Amino acid sequence: MGTQVFYFVATLSIICSLMVVFAKNPIHSVLYLILTFFTFTVHYVLLNAQFLAVVNFIVYMGAIMVLFLFVLMLLNLNKESEPLKSPLIKIVGLIAGCCLVVTLIGSFKAASINSPLVLQNQGLGLVENLGKELFGPFLLPFELSSLLLLTAMVGAVLLSKKDEVES
Amino acid sequence: MDTGFIIEKFILVAVIFGISLVVAMYSTYAERKVAAFLQDRLGPDRAGPFGILQPLADGVKMFMKEEIIPTAANKFLFIAGPGLALLCACIGTAVIPWGSPMEIGGKLVPLQVADINVGVLYIFGVVSLGVYGVMIGGWASNNKYSLLSAIRAASQNISYEIAMGLSIIALLLMTNTLSLKTIVEQQHGFNWNAWYQPLGFLIFMICSFAETNRAPFDLPECETELIGGYHTEYSSMKLGFYLFAEYINMFVSSAVMATLYFGGYNYPGMDYMATLLGPTWAPLFGVAILFLKIVCFIFFFMWVRWTIPRFRYDQLMNLGWKVLIPLAIANIIVTGIVIAFVEKF
Repeated sequence: MGTQVFYFVATLSIICSLMVVFAKNPIHSVLYLILTFFTFTVHYVLLNAQFLAVVNFIVYMGAIMVLFLFVLMLLNLNKESEPLKSPLIKIVGLIAGCCLVVTLIGSFKAASINSPLVLQNQGLGLVENLGKELFGPFLLPFELSSLLLLTAMVGAVLLSKKDEVES
Repeated sequence: MDTGFIIEKFILVAVIFGISLVVAMYSTYAERKVAAFLQDRLGPDRAGPFGILQPLADGVKMFMKEEIIPTAANKFLFIAGPGLALLCACIGTAVIPWGSPMEIGGKLVPLQVADINVGVLYIFGVVSLGVYGVMIGGWASNNKYSLLSAIRAASQNISYEIAMGLSIIALLLMTNTLSLKTIVEQQHGFNWNAWYQPLGFLIFMICSFAETNRAPFDLPECETELIGGYHTEYSSMKLGFYLFAEYINMFVSSAVMATLYFGGYNYPGMDYMATLLGPTWAPLFGVAILFLKIVCFIFFFMWVRWTIPRFRYDQLMNLGWKVLIPLAIANIIVTGIVIAFVEKF
């Protein structure tokens, strides 16, 4: 039962993420991305990682994608107003994509997954255990990443402030 | 999974769904009656005694109206918008504990569809998802006013979600759990969270006004600037879905407020009532108490709507970002200090 659900949802996520790339309309693209994130939430639930599932739901689907949609609606992109992409950007994109593929293949080979991964602690994804892990052994990386996010936020505010002063 | 469990949950879901729809239906009637009362009018009084059949008449009218889909609209998303709005409004009821477990034929039946241990976050996720119905509908209508309204709704929801989340954090510091069932059980009798978290409750309530797009924060459907807002192009039952979704949202957020801060199905003297009524009827009495609280909150929603004028958009943003968020953060800090102090001594 669990495996079947997994394969069904995994197929859905692949189809949706392909549609993100192939959809002509940027808004449709974002909507497919939202569906992709929803299937990820289901994957987390299947892994018994309830907290991660709900946080993925709130943060990615409920906040970040709303902002994406918001910006796209404001821009109102269509064929006439879409800026033409120069061939240089396309080449750069191609190279970056190839690099990502090589990295992914490399990491898959390094991990050499022959036997399926088994979660050692079934309850790891529950709030209490996850919190203990995050604020115990992983305290430093956790605090550092939050500092990084804060820096990005301050930077964004600073950039938007500068424009205001000039105009 | 055994069949009895599935049947039990199915009946519970059906009953809750039916009740939410009936409450939403009669909220439209109550809204007009409350408005009439506050403005010294009579309100609807033609259909049935005191006009109590008015919601039925309104429903029939909605169904009978002509269905119009604008030519330039994105047809699929235009239809998906109201459906999504109603769906998101309804699924919030799944984690609310409506009453303490009830004994039916020697079997203890929990009056909660799903006791997930991240219940509070689930509610929060559903609330944040609710804006998609408005955004997709507003965009798919291909109308400038609808689009403006969709954008307003999105930015308003995002802004007030932050303050809402922060106000919940202070509450969670006290309860030490994310499960709504446990949170309600902790508030046994008259030990309600609102007494310990008055500021948190105030922030949460203001935010839920904004999240449900109710006056004084109903900027997305501000008639004076945006015609009808995101549902300008909608007619017939699709418009009805949007209106219904608003009332169901109001019902769900009233239920959440009652559950988180006002003790849910708990009431003073419940132990005495439990011995008096027995294990079958006492939980039902608790459910009635919860609904009484919900009705009070819904009345409060309406009272505010017909009393306070709509905010200006910059006032709304200022209130959200410069007043509510700092207050919520201060509330978290004070709560944290007090809890640390109490634990130490």
